[in-house]
Amino acid sequence: MAEQIIFYILAAVIVIFSVLSVTSRRILRSATYLLFVLIATGGIYLQLGYEFLAGVQISVYAGGILVLFIFSILLTSHAGDKEKPREWKRVLSAALVALGGGALCLYIILKNIFKTAEQVWQQPTMQEIGMTLMGTDKSQYLLPFEAISILLLACIIGGIMIARKR
Amino acid sequence: MNNIPLEAYLIVSTIMFFVGVYGFLARRNLLTILMSLELMLNAVDMNFAVFNRILFPGQLDGFFFTLFIIGISAAETALAIAIIIDIYRNVKNIFVDDINKMKY
Repeated sequence: MAEQIIFYILAAVIVIFSVLSVTSRRILRSATYLLFVLIATGGIYLQLGYEFLAGVQISVYAGGILVLFIFSILLTSHAGDKEKPREWKRVLSAALVALGGGALCLYIILKNIFKTAEQVWQQPTMQEIGMTLMGTDKSQYLLPFEAISILLLACIIGGIMIARKR
Repeated sequence: MNNIPLEAYLIVSTIMFFVGVYGFLARRNLLTILMSLELMLNAVDMNFAVFNRILFPGQLDGFFFTLFIIGISAAETALAIAIIIDIYRNVKNIFVDDINKMKY
């Protein structure tokens, strides 16, 4: 019972704050609402039993990306800046696309019958996660790990090249 | 242990994804467009984790997909923000309607 109540609270937080985050006209506020959405998603991971994933979500998204966003907002806009009122045509077409796509996806999700697994689930231990990340067997992830390290290096160099003073 | 239906999670992440799509199309500030993109990526992450947990509890594939998507989106955001700040230096503006110097 408690589990359901926690899930409904998290779901309500996610839905309400994601809508507020794309409709708020003050950009710093919409960044704050995005932070609430990301933390609530971390809560969903915790509720599913993936504690490591929740930690990564909080530290990388809420700690890293959001701070980057807030710094760049402060660099590129002035205090109390509001976005100009939007043209109704653009809002209407965007809302139509989103509503149409959402209705189609919800229809498919609710119509499809998912086969839930009967296996007993046990929480992945830290050792298991580490072995899977560093192994080279089937469904172990050393190669993507190395690829992402090169990607991050390329991003560091690219970010410095783009943002440096000329 | 977990008695919340799969559909409940999927409905939440679908709503989050399409709110992100709306924001991506309707907003004009480059930073808010990037924030809508994060919303969409986050919805997809949640789907991967939920499918792994409820449909394939013996494996860890969805878990690692989520982990790698979080890493890649961090890199992508850092690079995109570097580009946006560079645009701001040159044009003094980050609204998509006003950035048309490279159009023709």
